[in-house]
Amino acid sequence: MSNKDAYWNKTKNHMIVTLVLWAFFSLVIFMFGSELNTMSFLGYPLAYYMTAQGSLLAFVIILFWTANKQEKIDEEHGFSEREDD
Amino acid sequence: MFKGDFIQNLPKIYGTYTGGFIVFIILMALAEQAGVSAKNIGVMFVAFTVLIYALIGYLSRTIQVDAYYVAGRQVPTVFNGMATAADWMSGASFVALAGGVYFGGYTYMAFLVGWTGGYVLVATLMAPYLRKFGCYTVPDFIGTRYGGNAVRAAAVFVLFIASFTYVTAQINATGTIASRALGIPFEAGVWVGLISILICSMLGGMRAVTWTQVAQYIVLIIAYLIPVFWISSNVGGGIFPHLMLGDEVARLGELEQQFGLVKNSAADMKAAGVPGGLKYISGTHSGVPEGGMAVWKYLSLAICMMVGTASLPHILMRYFTTPTVRAARKSVAWSLFFIFLLYSSAPMLATLSKLALMDPNLPTGIIGKSISEVQSIEWVQRWSEVKQVFIADFNGDGILQLNEWFMRGDVVVLATPEVAGLPFVISGLVFAGGMAAAMSTADGLVLAISNALSHDIYYKIINPKAETSKRLLVARVLLVIIGAAGAYIASFRLTSILGSVAWAFDFAMSGLFFPLVLGVWWKRATREGAIAGIIAGIVSGTVYLTWVFPKFSVPLWGGVNTPFLGIDHLRFGLIGAPICLVVMVVVSLMTKEPSPATQKLVDDTRIPTGKAILGKQH
Repeated sequence: MSNKDAYWNKTKNHMIVTLVLWAFFSLVIFMFGSELNTMSFLGYPLAYYMTAQGSLLAFVIILFWTANKQEKIDEEHGFSEREDD
Repeated sequence: MFKGDFIQNLPKIYGTYTGGFIVFIILMALAEQAGVSAKNIGVMFVAFTVLIYALIGYLSRTIQVDAYYVAGRQVPTVFNGMATAADWMSGASFVALAGGVYFGGYTYMAFLVGWTGGYVLVATLMAPYLRKFGCYTVPDFIGTRYGGNAVRAAAVFVLFIASFTYVTAQINATGTIASRALGIPFEAGVWVGLISILICSMLGGMRAVTWTQVAQYIVLIIAYLIPVFWISSNVGGGIFPHLMLGDEVARLGELEQQFGLVKNSAADMKAAGVPGGLKYISGTHSGVPEGGMAVWKYLSLAICMMVGTASLPHILMRYFTTPTVRAARKSVAWSLFFIFLLYSSAPMLATLSKLALMDPNLPTGIIGKSISEVQSIEWVQRWSEVKQVFIADFNGDGILQLNEWFMRGDVVVLATPEVAGLPFVISGLVFAGGMAAAMSTADGLVLAISNALSHDIYYKIINPKAETSKRLLVARVLLVIIGAAGAYIASFRLTSILGSVAWAFDFAMSGLFFPLVLGVWWKRATREGAIAGIIAGIVSGTVYLTWVFPKFSVPLWGGVNTPFLGIDHLRFGLIGAPICLVVMVVVSLMTKEPSPATQKLVDDTRIPTGKAILGKQH
């Protein structure tokens, strides 16, 4: 397998992991809204908290994490851009 | 001024700008103390900020194609994040989002998740690859990847429908805010708004829009956050509302029990003469509605908004302006961070505003008081005059019940500072913020449309030999025409026929999402597949919209139809996008595999390093 193919396989897997996390915070937890709302976080009902703030924050964290991880994959395969590019 | 050092000096320049804006706010606060009228403060806020944007627009003028279309691809990560956040957060986000949460509670907040979660799709599936490709516009990618004028024109068509639906609403919002702040009629406000928008974008295209959007983001975020924090400490919500409103949310639940959530009949509301567009609280604030259908409604709305976000050309084109592919990825993360600052504050503002009006223990509370007493409150009088709030004593007991208080959603943002006893300077600041939000989005949209028409239709299809000066002239003329067309529709208040802003997301996802994603992720996708998919998606989505939306279905289909599986007019992308996918895959597999050259092009797109597919000047 060429370096390019190996790189693309890793990128694909990384994309799938990111989208699983995304689906968890955007869709899966809201399938159980009423159950979650019986729990509380910071004094807020949990489902309310997640839709008002929690999932939004999770997306921000996922995005920074995924960008950093992808940069590592780039480096491993020698496709990293120079800073001054 | 905008050479070499400008980029390195950005933090300093915008730091000074932010400091200057804060000094301006303080000066206005002093002016208020000195007896300058509230109206004049509003005028000064809007005039001062718009002049600054116009100045930035003028200084960023350019005669270069790549500066005009993609800001010379030198916008640093964090600044592009701010510009994208301003591009994204429309007048509606700024003015109406908190109102939506106020009335809709948990169910409405599917929009919050949808309008943020979509950025994960942008970052993983689209932005870095489109940046590597080196296109000027979104149809430029589709036209080059699949090859041919037909597919390019089809993409421009979808872009036009989606963005134009959106832009009229933005020009409308600009006009509303300009007319209120400057005290001029709405029709005049629309044209004032349009001129401000054009000054920011016409001379410098994407470069000018980028640097004004950064300035607009700074104004709008200051204007949104200061009132939220201030109101919170004024009504006892604590100094950091985002972490400290648990008790307030619980208290709202108690008050809902105490006052009761009553649904008014349409006949009662008509008889009482409730003005159109005003709403009352009939659902719970934090409670989750029971039942599978309620869950599906929440999820389906979130899906449409997320997938739509990842297909909206005016957002995707912001990531064409970063210096590198990795900067494009990081920039998506920064965009969402800056968006998060406002979006996570909207529910807090809604909670505080609701509590201020509902809690009888607070001096600001009005529910449960006598109607004559409420009607004598100054802000109630002022907003009643302009038909933004309304009282209807349905049970005739002279006491204001929860279901008897009507209000327009915008009032939550525009009037809460006043209700909570903040000085007028804050209301002036809020006007400036709303104006910044509406202008920045309108700028991005008008530019997305006129760029696609000038680059993809004029230069790539009609006149490929056009000189640079002619191309830019055409781009600018189109910009004015598109803006004027939007303003024309807005000034006649025809926007109601265009329905909701959500439609723009559904149109974009119906016709663009899968052609973009598969263009990168599936080498086997062919030109014929893409053309068939785009047309099938946008046509089926639009036909379904006319079928499900009563205003269209009565004349066209002879009656009101029950939405299929709960897919109403806000969610019609759920019909268009799957049809687009299926048609595109089937037709691609039936047609000949793309040429080796095209496959190599896709391979190159997937790798961050190496030359862009499309040259610097194309």
